[in-house]
This record gives sequence, structure tokens and C-alpha cells, in this order.
Amino acid sequence: MVPEDCLYTEDHEWVYIEDEIATIGISEYAAGELGDIVYVELPDVGADVQQTDSIGTIEAVKTVAELFSPISGKVIEINDSLIDDPEIINRSPYEDGWFVKIEMNDKGELDNLLDFGKYQEFLGENH
Amino acid sequence: MSRTIFERFSDGKSGSFIPENDCPEVGFDILFQRKTPTGLPAVGEQEVIRHYVELASMNYHIDKGMYPLGSCTMKYNPVVNEEIAGSVQFTGLHPLQDEEDVQGALELIYNLEAALCEITGMAEFSLQPVAGAHGELTGMMIARDYFRVRKENRKTVLVPDSAHGTNPASVVTCGFTPRTVPSGEDGLIDIEILGKELDDDTAVVMLTLPNTLGLFEKDIGKIVKMAHSAGALVYMDGANMNALLGIVRPGDIGIDIMHLNLHKTFSTPHGGGGPGSGPVGVVKHLTEFLPVPRVVKEGDRFGFCSDLEKTIGKVHPWYGNFNVFVKAYAYICALGASGIREVAENAIINANYLMKKISRHYDLKYPGPCMHEFVASGRNLKKYGVRTTDVAKRLLDYGIHAPTIYFPLIVEEALMIEPVETEKKETLDHFADVMEKIAGEAKDDPDLLHRAPVTTPVRRLDETAAARDPEFCWPFEKGE
Amino acid sequence: MSYVQNTDRDRKEMLDYIGVSSFEELLKPVAKELRIKGRLKLGPPMSEAEVVGHCSGLARRNRPASEMVSFLGAGIYDRYIPATVRYVLSRSEFYTSYTPYQAEMSQGTLQAIYEYQTMITRLTAMDAANASMYDAATSLAESILMACTIKRTDRVLVPAALSKRVRKVLESYSAGKGITIESIPWKKNGTLDLEKAEKMLSDKAAAVVLAQPNYFGLLEQAHAVSALAHENGALLIALVDPVSLALVAPPGEYDADIAVGEGQSLGIPQSFGGPLLGFMATRKQYIRKCPGRLISSTVDADGKRGYVMTLQTREQHIRREKATSNICTNEGLCALSAAVYLSTIGDDGFMEVALQSAAKSHELYRLLSGVPGVTLPFGDDFFQEFVVRFSGPAEEFLSRAKKMGVLGGVSLEKDFPELGEGSILVAVTEKRTLEDLQLFRDIAAGKEVRK
Repeated sequence: MVPEDCLYTEDHEWVYIEDEIATIGISEYAAGELGDIVYVELPDVGADVQQTDSIGTIEAVKTVAELFSPISGKVIEINDSLIDDPEIINRSPYEDGWFVKIEMNDKGELDNLLDFGKYQEFLGENH
Repeated sequence: MSRTIFERFSDGKSGSFIPENDCPEVGFDILFQRKTPTGLPAVGEQEVIRHYVELASMNYHIDKGMYPLGSCTMKYNPVVNEEIAGSVQFTGLHPLQDEEDVQGALELIYNLEAALCEITGMAEFSLQPVAGAHGELTGMMIARDYFRVRKENRKTVLVPDSAHGTNPASVVTCGFTPRTVPSGEDGLIDIEILGKELDDDTAVVMLTLPNTLGLFEKDIGKIVKMAHSAGALVYMDGANMNALLGIVRPGDIGIDIMHLNLHKTFSTPHGGGGPGSGPVGVVKHLTEFLPVPRVVKEGDRFGFCSDLEKTIGKVHPWYGNFNVFVKAYAYICALGASGIREVAENAIINANYLMKKISRHYDLKYPGPCMHEFVASGRNLKKYGVRTTDVAKRLLDYGIHAPTIYFPLIVEEALMIEPVETEKKETLDHFADVMEKIAGEAKDDPDLLHRAPVTTPVRRLDETAAARDPEFCWPFEKGE
Repeated sequence: MSYVQNTDRDRKEMLDYIGVSSFEELLKPVAKELRIKGRLKLGPPMSEAEVVGHCSGLARRNRPASEMVSFLGAGIYDRYIPATVRYVLSRSEFYTSYTPYQAEMSQGTLQAIYEYQTMITRLTAMDAANASMYDAATSLAESILMACTIKRTDRVLVPAALSKRVRKVLESYSAGKGITIESIPWKKNGTLDLEKAEKMLSDKAAAVVLAQPNYFGLLEQAHAVSALAHENGALLIALVDPVSLALVAPPGEYDADIAVGEGQSLGIPQSFGGPLLGFMATRKQYIRKCPGRLISSTVDADGKRGYVMTLQTREQHIRREKATSNICTNEGLCALSAAVYLSTIGDDGFMEVALQSAAKSHELYRLLSGVPGVTLPFGDDFFQEFVVRFSGPAEEFLSRAKKMGVLGGVSLEKDFPELGEGSILVAVTEKRTLEDLQLFRDIAAGKEVRK
């Protein structure tokens, strides 16, 4: 996928929508700010999550960020390869570095998210 | 880099340190027996000494040079105190000996508690907590039980965003919920925000005085009144007490609970990370909650008393880090009333002097005057691609330990500097000169900073690799 | 005595440079009404000689156990400390250094602690050890918090034969998180009643604590306790005496999940109970839930081996309220003592200390059996400490012993009244001689002994 096709949160998560399935990761900007990512914690498959819930943690050497769910739904898949090789997130934040796939409950929630252009504007204003 | 002790030359036999056994050997039931080897190093005594002397040579330490670590109060550790505390009459005591055989130790504890009360204005101190964070936890337990006795279900502790990380962590360990209070533009607690946050769920307002920016909360009088009228207690993290010695007594200004760090303010050595001591002091109406036992005096005899109805119980199995008390006590005796005040005066003058010098080349978010420490920022060097961590590493090349960096979190590229009272003006001048030189290097040759350090026993270490795939012990199979 | 080096002239020059006319001006943020009225009521400054004189005066009013024939234990032991330990500890490169935040300048401390971690890992046969905790009691308390986080359960079982002081620390630590601590009673022979434990485990528990040896010095069926805990979905926390591990199965051999203990026996003086050394070791899968500092080896920019503090995102200075613990300052120098002690005496010396402690305690046990008026309520499956019961009050024996220069043990009457009047906990370390043991026996037998 390409970053232009994703929706974003102000916490720098991206969401890529295919039918009812949302794939979630963190933006290249976020990965860069965290620096070398050394460890991630992911939710359990099957977990029900609400929009803005913390569903995981992303650790660099001296910082920790939480992964907030951009949408509500059920976790149907997690990217296990991040556990052994978290560096993937730094190398490929939009492709191999995805975190979780969630089956959405409410597509209406997508209205709360930023499109690529708005996200770029947000980055420009705030960072 | 040095060989590990496990790779050192082994002659296969250890020395004899105890007399031969004069009793018949016993064997344990096979059920209890160890099956795997213990794998301890087997090296001769000279090799042991060489090993540790080699390791010693790779350490920076206060006897070698200045340690401007903010909030750590790395002052000179008087050598006489080590000598005094090393006496077998202090180190050889078992904690369950009869009171009549430990009168000197009990008197020392009693006198030290009394001196800390006088210095802080608190009603009573307990020396039981063994570290600053341990003192915070003890203080929070006191608050918890105080409200429990009063049948008030208060759950929130307000903590400024500039606080040490131990503060919110101690709050949580004790079962309270910390709520962060943002600092105002001036780096101080914004009393309007505080007013909105305070309610009947607030158990404690936990603050550091002076705060971690080295600033005295000028509204502390109002803050205390507001907290008290909301029914909350005020806790003071005394990590920065060096600034207040002989000038402000927390007990006089309405602080209810506080801790001190004997390993900061009272000159006991840090030991590469401990042992410390974090005594807790309280106002009169909270004395019944202190941990037991208490040391009491009856006539000219000293004894323990565990008969405290509302005590929080114990936070340490014995009486705290006694050997640390001996050093702190000797320090207070040496200084006396006038010497105690002299500490704060010189700490404050040193910090303001150094702040002014440093501010010529580094940003200052909060202009002075400061108390015993100040926070500068390396953000003005970012344009050269230089981060504060690079400045810190370059300082090592000049043989000076770096200040505390990236703390407090509210200052970008923070350099938190505490020069302490025992450093002489010339030492501060040298530090400021080096900092100036480094700022110049950042502009002219930023790569020099990125490569730093180059003069230390090892170059910059790969912390990422360690965090991704840590190795906490020397593997058995590797060279033995 | 003053340790300030600035002269009046220095101060004047500095104030001029700052741009104020007096120190008072720097105190502007501190309102006058907040300041101390008058002077502190402390004595006048003392010269170095006076400080030494005053403190020696206090020291002289103590009668240290280490200079007597001491059978006191209960967590703090009178052991021989090789001179290398004091020598290394007196090097200011170690004792006046700070926490190794600038790793490149602190390789001495970091490597020493890495080696300490290695020694603890090997003694306990666990996967990894941390850089130290305050003492055994708080290590155990923290391991209980850790187990409850891992298991998301708020109930823990501990032996009833546990030091009451340790128990009190556990209670104050666990109260905040609403953790319930329940006691597993002991059987007639003084060891854990596993049938009762099994029943107690029918309700969910986060962990079972095994004290090996227990407070009465007795060795438990560690493998069986561990199996019982694991079958019921609980973790096993082992509270161990490090010296016993030369002889007795280490926690790793019976699949403990967390091992903690008191390291005072490893080259640290009794010091009236502090500073001590809490050690903690665990399994690889739990290391990110572990409290305290961890040192790891790594490489520098030239590929050379070096050491750093790692997994710091667990710790309070980064994770704040979500940290695994609030601990910051630990007992680094005591961990160094343990490392120097173990390096000095080595495998053989360590085995010798353990063997002699076991041999001598069992010899005293043998000498006492058959002495009229003395009963030994539990069996002889102990490591170096055991319970003796006298027919009269404990104090009667203890005061008679002290007249002979003997500290006869720790009375259990107050903490464990169920053991009956006259019960004493007796510890025998390698420092005792056969003659000491015979003296103890003679006093116990009520013989008139000349000192």
C-alpha cells in the first residue's frame, strides 16, 4: 500500500481499509521520532477493542509509545514477525511493519480520521 | 574493555579463608541436593585484586572530578565518615541484639532523627526507608492509612509534570492514581490549574521543592493552603533539600510528609547506585502512622517501641540502612548549624554563577535566579545536527561527567546541571569553558561530537543492540 | 569542619558576575515569611577530631555480635569476610561513583554488576538476575507484585513459617494493590503442609512462595511445592539463602519462576541490619516484568565489548506510573561486595562455607539432643539454623548465655507463641568452632562454666 491511501490519527497511527478489514501501523514520521524500535507488545487475537483504546506498546531504547486503536472492532490478526524483529517498523513502516488487522464494527468512525493531505498539514503545524 | 572475571587466569585452587572444619561432615538427603555446578570464578587473590583495580580504573567518580548531575547532589563524601562508619562497633552489630548492647547505635539513630527534625521542621522522622523512592512509597502509605482511618476514600495524587519518575511510580505502587498537573510558562505549578484539579478525591499534592527545574515554588504558601482546605495532604520530595538547608524548613511552611535523601543532601556516597537512605518526616498529627519500631529515649536509656496503634507497619525488616546513618550523622556533627546553612548558600551561588556562564552558549528556558540547580537546553545546537546526547558524550572526552540529560521531560534537549556547594569556582570556570568549547565544536565540526567519546575506555555503546537482544550474564560455555 | 572550598573572595566575584549585590538577592523567589526564623538549633561545628571523638564514644557503647560467640541469625548472619572485599569497597572509584548513566565512563561499575548478575544467575540456576534490590523482604514483596501482574490475580500464598518482619513488609507493599496474602500452615515437622496448600490452591492464586530453607531453618520438598504451584496455574517464587545453594538444589532446578533472597551473607557486614542486598533472578519470559536495573553486554562503535543499563523502558524514569517498580537507588555497592566475595573464595571456598555451616549446626543439634530440659521439636532436615526449646523461658537461657559471652539465638516466643515457651532459633555459621558448640551445650545443660 502507499501512504497516500491511508487514513491517520493525530497519534500517528495509519489505517488502511479493505472491505471491513482495517490494517493498522504507525507512520514513518512516528517511527523516525521514536528512533530504533527495540520491542513491541501486541494485543491478543480475538480481543474486542474500542476506538482510542491502547492496544499495544512500542518501545525504543529510552522511550515508550502506546499504540491506540484508530477504530473499534475485533482483532483478527497480529504481525508476529514484529516480536522477533521490531526493526521492520523502522525499515518498512507502511508495508512489512503493520501491527494488527481489525474487523471494524462501525465504518462511521473513519470520519474521525485524517486523510493523507490533512495528516501532512497536521504534521506541518505541530511538528 | 577488560576480561571478565570468568576469563581470568585460574590456578584451580582458592585460598584458605577459614580454619579447617573441626566437626563431622553431614550429607543431605538426595532430594535436597544440588545437581548443577555453581560456576563461580576460581582465581587467585592477586588476580582478584588486579581485576577489580582494573575495573576501578574505568570508572569516573567524585574523587576524580566534578559530577554536575542535576537532582543527584554529587557532593564530596568526607573520607573521615568512611573511617568512622567502618568501625566494627557499628558494622558488627546484629539487629536482634539486646538493647543494652546497642545503646550507642540507638542513640545515634535517635540523635540523627532529632537533627533531621530540626533541619526540616518536621515533628518526627523515621530512618527506616532505604532509598528516596522507598521514602516516597512510605510517605504514600502514611497518607493512605491516614485517609483510611478517617474513612475518606480519596484516590488521586496530583503530581506536577516536572516531577521525578519515582513520584508517579510510588503513587501507583501504593494504590493511588497519579494525575499530572502541567507546569505554567514560568516552570512553576499553575495555581489556577491546581485549584481546578483539587477536589474531594484528592489525597495528596506531591511536589518537589525546589522543583526539578531548580525553581522555588513561589506560591508554595498558597498551594499548601489550597490543598489543606480541600482536605488533602502535601508531600514534599526532598531530593533537592540541598537548596533549602538553613533557609526554609518544610515543616514551617505546612508540608505534611516529606523524605530526604541522605545520599544526596547529607553527603553519604552513592556507591555506583546505592546503598542510599530515604528517611521520612511527618507533622505532629501523622506521627502515629510512622513505620515501626521507633527509637525512644527514657531517662538516659534508648530503646525500641513497636507500640504504635496506627502504624503502616514495616517497609524494611530492620531499621533501615544503619551504616549510611553513621556517615550522615558524622557529617551533620561536623557542619553544625552554621555549616548546614553554608551548604545551601554556596550551592545556590555556584548554580547561579554557572547558569549565567552556560547561558552564553546554551538556551535557558527559565531565566534566574535559580536555586541549587538549573536546566539549560541544547536545542540551539539542533540546527547543526547535534543533539544533547552528543554534547554529553563530548564532555566525557574532556574528562568531565555529563549533566543529567533529557530530564525534566518538559524541557526540550534538557541539560540539568547541579554544581553543588563543594565545587570551587575554578572548577566551575573550567566546566563552563569546556561547555563553551563544545558549543563551538558543534558549529564547526559536528561530526566530532557524533563520534564522541573517543578518550574513554570504550567508544559510544550500542544501546539499541542491547535492548533488542540483551545478554545479562556471561555464558557458561564461553571461556572458563 | 566545612567542606566548602570557595573563599569569601570567590563568592564576591561570583555574585558580581551574576549581577547581584548579595546572596539575599538570589533568594528573591523565597518569600521572607517562608524563611526560617532565627538559627537552626544544632550544635556548633565540630573539628574532624571532635567528630571522630564523639562518634567513637557512641561506638564504644555498642557490643558487636561479630566480636562475641554469636548464634544469632533469622536473616542476618555472622560470617567471615575476606580482606579483599573491604579493600575493593574502600576504593573511591567504586564507592564515590554515581549510577552508571554515562556508560562509557562507568564501565568499571557496569562490568562488576554484570559479573554479579552472572554469579547470581549461576547460583540460582535461573536465566537472568537484576542489578540488586534493597533486601530480601522488599525483593520478595516486589516479586509478589510482579507475579500478580503476570497472572492478573491478586492472591498469593506464603508459608506461615516466614519471618514476621518479612511478612509485615509484604503486607505494607501489597495493601496498595489490594493483594491478599494467605499463609500455608506447617506440619508437625515444621515444613509446609502440602495437603492444605493444595486445598488453598483450588482458588486461583498468582504465586506460591517457597522459603528454602524456611524461617525455622528447615528444608522443604521444593520439587513437590513447585509442581503443586504449577499444576494449579500459579508461579513459584523461591526465597532462598544464597549460601545454602552450594549444597541445596537451586531454584532453577525445581523450575521456580522467580528467585529472591538476602545477599548479606555474601561479604556484607551485619551492620545492625542495613545496608543489605536483595537479589532477584527470573526466567527469560518474565524479564520485561522485572523491577530494577539490568545490565547487558553490548559492543561499542569499534565493535569492542562493553556494558550498558538496558530495558530501561521498564523503569520509573521513563515509564513513570506504568513502571514495573518505583525503585531507583538500589544496593549497587553491596552487589559489588557479593561479587568480590564470591570471586575471592571461588567454588571451593563457597562450598567450604556451606559445608562447615551445615556440619557445625548439625553437630550442635547432635550435642543438644539428650540434654535434659532441651527439646528439638523438628527433625534434622535443616541447613544451618534450627529451633531449640528449653523447659523454661527463652530469656532465662539467653541471659545466662550472654554472661558467658554467648549470644544464644533469637527467641521465638513473641513471634511464634504456638511453638511454646522457651523456643529459640539457633544459627550456626562457619565462624563457630567445636569449642563454641560445646560451650553452648554446657550452658544449655545448666553447667557452671567458666569463661
